[in-house]
Amino acid sequence: MQRGKKIRVLVAKPGLDSHDRGAKIIARALRDAGMEVIYTGLRQTPQQIVETALQEDVDVIGLSILSGAHKTLFPRIIELLKQKDLTDVLVVAGGIIPEEDIPEMKKLGIKEIFGPGTPTDEIVQFVLKNTSKRA
Amino acid sequence: MIDEKKINEVTKERERWEETTLQRWVAQRPERKSEFRNHSDMLIKRLYTPEDIKDLDYMQDLGFPGEYPFTRGVHATMYRGRLWTMRQFSGYGTAEQTNRRFKYLLKEGETGLSIAFDYPTITGYDSDHPFAKGEVGVCGVTVASLKDMETLLDGIPLDKVTTSMTINGPAAMLLAMYVAVGDKQGVPRIKLGGTTQNDMLKEFFAQKLCIFPPKQSLKLVTDIIEYCTRNLPKWNPISISGYHIREAGANALQELAFTLYDGITYVESSLERGLSVDEFAPRLSFFFASHNNLFEEIAKFRAARRLWAKIMKERFHAKKPRSMWMRMHVQTSGCTLTAQQPLINIIRTTIQALAAVLGGTQSLHTNSFDEALCLPTKEAVRVALRTQQIIAYESGAADTMDPLAGSYYIESLTNEMEERAMDYIQKIDDMGGAIAAIENGFFQREIADSAYRYQRETDEKERIIVGVNEYATGEEVPIPILRIDPKVEMEQVARLQRLRRERDNRKVEEVLGRLHYAAEKDENLMPIIIEAVKSYATLGEICDVLRKVYGEHKELIVI
Repeated sequence: MQRGKKIRVLVAKPGLDSHDRGAKIIARALRDAGMEVIYTGLRQTPQQIVETALQEDVDVIGLSILSGAHKTLFPRIIELLKQKDLTDVLVVAGGIIPEEDIPEMKKLGIKEIFGPGTPTDEIVQFVLKNTSKRA
Repeated sequence: MIDEKKINEVTKERERWEETTLQRWVAQRPERKSEFRNHSDMLIKRLYTPEDIKDLDYMQDLGFPGEYPFTRGVHATMYRGRLWTMRQFSGYGTAEQTNRRFKYLLKEGETGLSIAFDYPTITGYDSDHPFAKGEVGVCGVTVASLKDMETLLDGIPLDKVTTSMTINGPAAMLLAMYVAVGDKQGVPRIKLGGTTQNDMLKEFFAQKLCIFPPKQSLKLVTDIIEYCTRNLPKWNPISISGYHIREAGANALQELAFTLYDGITYVESSLERGLSVDEFAPRLSFFFASHNNLFEEIAKFRAARRLWAKIMKERFHAKKPRSMWMRMHVQTSGCTLTAQQPLINIIRTTIQALAAVLGGTQSLHTNSFDEALCLPTKEAVRVALRTQQIIAYESGAADTMDPLAGSYYIESLTNEMEERAMDYIQKIDDMGGAIAAIENGFFQREIADSAYRYQRETDEKERIIVGVNEYATGEEVPIPILRIDPKVEMEQVARLQRLRRERDNRKVEEVLGRLHYAAEKDENLMPIIIEAVKSYATLGEICDVLRKVYGEHKELIVI
């Protein structure tokens, strides 16, 4: 990415689950770290998320899910990102995702999964590190 | 009130103590922090003395159990007469699976049921709706029609067991299904006991599972209150909930104030409907969270009862004592559970459950230690239930009423909780009420700010979370995880589609047509919704009719 340009992040809540405490905290922490943050609000379909990512020209998508539907929704989101040629967008996720599902999710192309209790700074640093390489 | 002369003596002695013993001690051993604050950001003093409660008037502020202002409890004997209801929130997979879990819990000594529904049910979508994909039976049990409710309650006598249903947007439909099952079992409606959460206001700013816009939602809430007042005298039509407000990030004080304000709004709405306060108020019930700070939580429960009693008496001029009592259900706080070292969650839950009991709850849910990772396994839920049983039978906490009354600290905190909650109530009054506070984002901002502050404190280690930002092991002992078989969704969709083929579809259409008409005419919709569920119209179909008439809620995003 260009020097001086703010990192643009989409924080998205796929599925029906309404636990947005974490998503909002992360949105605020990334904003406080100087990034441009777009938060989708609740109940977004994979199509809506990918559409917003495209329109907002984001560098990063952070998916937050606590309902257990990640195994259905994440592959769909990744598939749509590929269709729209958004493969260079950094995708990370957080929420309640069982340990044993993580390898499968990473194989899909989700770069990192942040479980409950992750310090916000760790997420900020991860995003900074993994977007600077994309220059 | 304590004698003024005695107080002066204490003040003099305290000052002496501070200048001598304390000063000498602190000079060599500084305290751990420069100041101590609780979750509600109240400054906690080093020591509480009679000075802090010198204005406490026993009869006016505390009184006796079972009497106004109910600070010491709503019943005259509290747990010496009957223990609180041990009610474990549960539901997963199919109606059949959850029915088995219910029977297991009843066998293990649970004394009431509490149904957790899945997201499609909570948001009013049928199991085969595109939004339901991947969510059927995952976070709760799936109930798409009366057929599922019949399976869910099979073999459970509805005249003996009371049931709490955590359902809001489609509360009328699920209550209708419960009534229909009761009718089939031959239980007279006057004997049906239980609770529908039916608290839509907090949905708009806390739990955020909404279907219809605020005003129409409040109308449906009031329909249920009115219907139950007239037809289901043993049913609690609403459980005015602070739990979700707290879990969304609010502190104890905000939880208390916002919940009571929602309560005020429901009372106003029911009065506008033409009900008299003493008709419906005795059946209003409340639901709070119990977080980690033992004393803060106990003070919150006591302050909640006293403040509600005053509001009902002074603001709404209730006459019956039962219109002024606040009965509550408490759940230990899910957001305090850690995914790291999950077994230590048992200890957190124990402290929180103890706070609820010392605070005088009527009913309690204890979280299972694995709930930061998944829905609880059978083994984990048994430990959670045993926690309550140990408090009930072994700790002695249930042997006398309101045991912490008179504690300088507890009484002082109870007063501060009440006073500061009153300030919030005044502020929301000035804003134009709860709906105005939702529409201008006041509640949402307050909660988001508190949530962020809590996280910052955790990140900066001002707040220690054992096993997370301190005493982490790095190596996790894996615990068994409950997983929902994807077959659940396939089977449920097939069952639902079979139902749509086999039922009398002309009848369904006819009833749904009448529902549409009744909604437009602003009638109480409960009777027609009962008819609709009995015709096996699905939850999604009924909600769709109302979506057409009422429109759908659009979230106001506040970060």
